[in-house]
Amino acid sequence: MLIGFNLFTACKPKAEMPIDISKLSYNDFNAFIKISDEGMVTIFAPNPEIGQGVKTSMPMLIAEELDVPWKHVNVVQGKLDTNNYTRQIAGGSQSIRFGWEPLRQTGATARQMLVNAAAAKWGVDPSECTASQGVITNAAGETMGYGAVVKEAAVLEVPENIGLKDPKDFKIIGTDAQNVDIDKIISGKPLFGLDYKEEGMLYASVLRPPAFGKVLESFDATEAKAMPGVVDVITIGEKARDLLNGEGANWTVRLSDTDKVVVIANSTWEAMKAKKAIKAVWKDSSTLESTDFQDKQLLGLLDGKEFNTLRKDGDVSKAFASADQILERTYESPFLPHNCMEPMNFYANVTDQKIHLVGPIQTPEHSAAAVASMLGRDVEDIELEMTRMGGGFGRRLYSDFVTEAAEISDAIRKPVKMVSSREDDMTTGVYRPAIKYRIKASIKNGEISGYHLKEAAINSNMYGLIPNFFPAGTLENYQVDVAKYDSNISTGAWRAPYTNFLSFAEQSFFDELAEVLDKDPVQMRLDLLQKVKDTDDERIEYSGQRMEDVINLVVEKSGLRTPKDGVYQGFCAYYCHNTHIAEVADVVIENNQPVVKKVTVAVDCGVVVNPLGALNQIEGGVIDGIGHSMYGNLTFKEGMPESNNYNTYRLIRMNEAPVVETHFVKNTLSPTGLGEPTLPPAGAAIAIAINKATGNRLYQQPFIQQLNKKELVG
Amino acid sequence: MPTYNLMINGNAQSVDVAADTPLLWVLRDHLEMVGTKYGCGIGQCGSCTVHVDGNATRSCLLQVSQLDGKSIKTIEGLSDDGSHPVQVAWKEVDVPQCGYCQAGQIMTATAFLENNSNPSTDDIKNAMQGNICRCASYKRIEAAVVNAAEKMG
Repeated sequence: MLIGFNLFTACKPKAEMPIDISKLSYNDFNAFIKISDEGMVTIFAPNPEIGQGVKTSMPMLIAEELDVPWKHVNVVQGKLDTNNYTRQIAGGSQSIRFGWEPLRQTGATARQMLVNAAAAKWGVDPSECTASQGVITNAAGETMGYGAVVKEAAVLEVPENIGLKDPKDFKIIGTDAQNVDIDKIISGKPLFGLDYKEEGMLYASVLRPPAFGKVLESFDATEAKAMPGVVDVITIGEKARDLLNGEGANWTVRLSDTDKVVVIANSTWEAMKAKKAIKAVWKDSSTLESTDFQDKQLLGLLDGKEFNTLRKDGDVSKAFASADQILERTYESPFLPHNCMEPMNFYANVTDQKIHLVGPIQTPEHSAAAVASMLGRDVEDIELEMTRMGGGFGRRLYSDFVTEAAEISDAIRKPVKMVSSREDDMTTGVYRPAIKYRIKASIKNGEISGYHLKEAAINSNMYGLIPNFFPAGTLENYQVDVAKYDSNISTGAWRAPYTNFLSFAEQSFFDELAEVLDKDPVQMRLDLLQKVKDTDDERIEYSGQRMEDVINLVVEKSGLRTPKDGVYQGFCAYYCHNTHIAEVADVVIENNQPVVKKVTVAVDCGVVVNPLGALNQIEGGVIDGIGHSMYGNLTFKEGMPESNNYNTYRLIRMNEAPVVETHFVKNTLSPTGLGEPTLPPAGAAIAIAINKATGNRLYQQPFIQQLNKKELVG
Repeated sequence: MPTYNLMINGNAQSVDVAADTPLLWVLRDHLEMVGTKYGCGIGQCGSCTVHVDGNATRSCLLQVSQLDGKSIKTIEGLSDDGSHPVQVAWKEVDVPQCGYCQAGQIMTATAFLENNSNPSTDDIKNAMQGNICRCASYKRIEAAVVNAAEKMG
């Protein structure tokens, strides 16, 4: 149970309505809720906000059951507080899914306590009272505002198992709520990690190795130290290196293997400028890998026999041996940097008494643990505040920049903010690893008789749930094998890990299979899905029915069955992050090149908590998926990333973004997340549509390379 | 260090910084105006867009020593209360996801709409394509520019 009482503080502001609700004094109710005497409510958003909208949508869940008008709610970002909150993490599109029950329960429990307190004041039984929109009403029709009983309510015994509303009674869930930070965003108020400032704070710019596989040998900072605003030049690395062997190692990155040179200055610009004046000598510590080398390693793995089998149904070898026909294709993807618009940064102030950490981090609990472990301190010494983040996309799951800031502040014993430049950010990242898939299917009597997927990846393979996604369960003979090559390049989660590329590979393959089988690609999926509708395989998480529903919806809404001249449509359906999605991309040929004009999306994410925010996530996910499939590409030469800023790394821009039209499957099932699941199908949908438009199948990302090579039309 | 006198949002401000300090960092680190964002430092992403004599300009590439006699407007100077039509449009459309790039988007859109009160969709895309939104809120940015154009028209 998430309720935990704080001591309430009595206060009697005399403000008149209408009032600035952020300026009222509030009575602590519990770790999530404060209520002012006037009945205005502060709700603490427990999870980090990276742009996925949970700072708005999670408090909506509490406010719904608390039953207060949303316009009376002021949302405040909660700090890291492991005593009162659980799962304070932004990752896996899971915040709403996991918050759905407990956050509504928190609101409902608080509402019941307010009712109980009012009933006691009136001397009636609580069952004779109702609460709605911040007002409690008794059987005689008397009313009392929440603010009038909050002090009494907050000290009552916490009731258990309070019933939750029937979805038809929702007043807030399912209605459009604007981003709770919208006023600050449009007026440029301090909000992000990079905006955070404390009295006496210094700025740190970190010189890290120019290439993966190199470590610091020596450096000369004479010139840098003489530059204006430079306070000191130090080295860090030892403590983070020790951490690699201890607790928290999973949350750091390989860049910690080296010492790093840190310029401490009075301003960001002075620190960044002085860093460029440091003369560092680097030495090789391991292989300096290039992209062609890695490609050979991965293709070698696919050609080899050393695999871990993650799922094996039936016998694919037998199916292949007796096949009428075999289709085998290889799909290839590059490394991708996250490119959060706000570069990595963190504030740290390490003192003997406490450690104050502030900044943009998706994993505050792990980061605090890593810092405590690194500095040999109690985690109770750490106060960690999460700022709004200028994007996450998985990069801020890794706490390397938090431990750097803490190591720097520990060394200089001053408040300091570590700020990465864009070049630092892009060249010392934790990248989406390059992955290749080889998919082989056998055909017997006009049906798919066997399906074998092999993954060769840099550093890590798909997580265990993925082999149970479609088409698992629909085919008698099915096998998923994985192998990896251990590289010294830092890799990690990138929005929709693995599925961000696997979806393209598998869905493209199914489209090609349908062509070979002379089947309708939609009907082929629907036929296969019938086989999982009554499955007793507990590993299968996706629903055949829900997948069928999104497919039927997207077919209807996209006009797939009523083709238009000159518009080429690509269909795909996918399940990941517990959400079922189908997408149809419309491509036309302009100036001899395929152009994506529109993507129709059908989504089953259960209850849509905040439609306004949900649509934004869906549109962003689709366009992000298109952008990275089309253009995303980070190559390496002798360990050095070959792009370091947006002049050499292409991100999708407004003139390349198609219309995204979204349709929800309407149901009252528990909600699932939307931060990731619309991205993976987008690359597949446009590749399939491009094939329809040009006759060319795409097998490698980024597509732009293949599109540029070929005379596509005519 | 030399002193520079700047006219920012109608207020005279003076700073003691090196001559090559970009306006972006003068605003952020010296004048505590953090609405203008650092994104790339090379004029490629548009997060740091401000107006210089009414023109949308990348503040990361503008050295403080180049600004004598210029009138600078930042997101903080667009209005006192978020009531500029472009800000209102951004709010009505609920454009932001993470929100980091949006001040730059708003400043680019504002300068653009001051010179083109009745833009076509292509005009908008051409005007806004220099601003990256990594969350890809592009369709809402486009809708907000249309909305703002109606308000300003």
